[in-house]
Amino acid sequence: MEDVICTFCGSVCDDGEFDTEKKKVKKFCRLGSSKFAEKQRIKAPMIDGKEVSYETAIEKAAEILANAKKPLLYGWASTANEAIRVGVLLAEKLGGVYDQCASVCHAPGTLAVIEEGLPGATLGSIKNRADVVIFWGANPAEAHPRHGLRYSISAKGLLVKDRKQRKVVVVDVRPTKTAKMADMFVQIKPGYDYAIISALRAIISGNAEVVPSEVGGVAKEKLIELAEIMKKAKYGAILYGLGVTQSRGRDRNVENAIKLIQLLNRTTRWVIWPMRGHYNVVGAGEVPAWEVGYQYAIDFSRGYPRFSPAEFSAVEVLKRKDCDAALIVASDPVAHFPKIAVKHLKQIPVIQIDPYPNMTTLLAKVVIPSAVYGIEAEGTAYRMDCIPLRVKKIIETSYWTDEKILEEILKRVEKLKG
Amino acid sequence: MVVVELITGRTLDQGATVEEKLSEEYFKAVSYIELNEEDFKLLGLKEGDSVKVSTDFGEVVVFAKKGEVPRGVAFIPMGPYANMVIDPTTDGTGMPQFKGVKAKIEKTGERVKTVKELLEAI
Repeated sequence: MEDVICTFCGSVCDDGEFDTEKKKVKKFCRLGSSKFAEKQRIKAPMIDGKEVSYETAIEKAAEILANAKKPLLYGWASTANEAIRVGVLLAEKLGGVYDQCASVCHAPGTLAVIEEGLPGATLGSIKNRADVVIFWGANPAEAHPRHGLRYSISAKGLLVKDRKQRKVVVVDVRPTKTAKMADMFVQIKPGYDYAIISALRAIISGNAEVVPSEVGGVAKEKLIELAEIMKKAKYGAILYGLGVTQSRGRDRNVENAIKLIQLLNRTTRWVIWPMRGHYNVVGAGEVPAWEVGYQYAIDFSRGYPRFSPAEFSAVEVLKRKDCDAALIVASDPVAHFPKIAVKHLKQIPVIQIDPYPNMTTLLAKVVIPSAVYGIEAEGTAYRMDCIPLRVKKIIETSYWTDEKILEEILKRVEKLKG
Repeated sequence: MVVVELITGRTLDQGATVEEKLSEEYFKAVSYIELNEEDFKLLGLKEGDSVKVSTDFGEVVVFAKKGEVPRGVAFIPMGPYANMVIDPTTDGTGMPQFKGVKAKIEKTGERVKTVKELLEAI
């Protein structure tokens, strides 16, 4: 089968070939190939480790959720929009909290966009036009291995035809694999992104004299050189990663970077875009935004949606012990949350819906295995640049989809809650 | 003992094994720390020795590895080992500080826990 879509990272490559006999995918990167490789699955639904039917597990899950005062519904980045939609309805019905993987990934960027807007572009536009690409705190060589080839480093575009016509800059705290592919590497001290962006803004706006001889481990001369590259670009793109959103400054780093882009746009054309991680982490924010107005950290406990990351992000809710049950869909917070948040997950009943056993499985009371979108089920997912793609079903399975499981839970919750 | 700024992040190995978290491959992909060669020497380490990483937020034992990080910076792949020691403060954003946490590194005779043991210890 041709034009197979990869449901691993935010690049959502759509040009794979799947050999149905050998059950192997061609063209994709190591991450994409691992997605399509056969691996250990959760064999059957379980309650307290004992195998049960889908119906029994769903009944138990609905009972736990309906009896909870304030359940946390978390995950969603590795499932399809259709399932996320039901998840938001379920959170509303339960008076719970909806949060998604971006809250430990790119959510600070969302806060910056609320303040400043987002001068963005599609990946196609970057491929065709960008003569300067800056990866800032992003390492696509390891996190999005085909991004450079398809869109941003060696991609052949309409106006920028090859690698020679594109200047690639990497700003990072260590010489990553991506830094080695760049024309210029700016090595900064951890946590100095904000100061360096401010220095670039000062230089570009004609106030280089206020910049000290070194900022965040970078010599002023190098910053002036970078500023010149940025000013001379016909079409530039800053593609930022978690180096920006997970370091000191978080949302303020992104806000400052957007202001830098706004400044550059007075004389030339620049865009900025986050390098989103999971294949549908954008959908995990866009779907609740269509339905209730917010992208993450949404609390329904008062009967209407409230947005406050300081209170309703999963990590804050768990740290404050402000949830008495959790539904985890397409995610593994036990492996990816700080210890103190995991501590509370160990104290409350956890329901997990996922195709694969992971660390959350080890503590979940109810485990419900699901089909893998893009392999065993079809659905819609947003690529990192907000382009919706229809991911395909390429093999048959007896596993239920996340959408079906959540719909059945919702039906039962509606009965229980009246 | 050396003091470093700890950063965490993705690696190709972590990504390729992330859907097999209970496997030996995932354990190998996430249970190490990369240190600068000089810091490595200062601690008298050989590749694969155990080191204890301590921060204000917890401690964890991981394998030592030489890495291309600047002196005074250390890297642990994102995952359960890194999350034992990162700063859970979110400053109102929901985002813990996964990068730039001050950490003490020392050589230890303690064994590196499996992911299951790690969870049991929380």
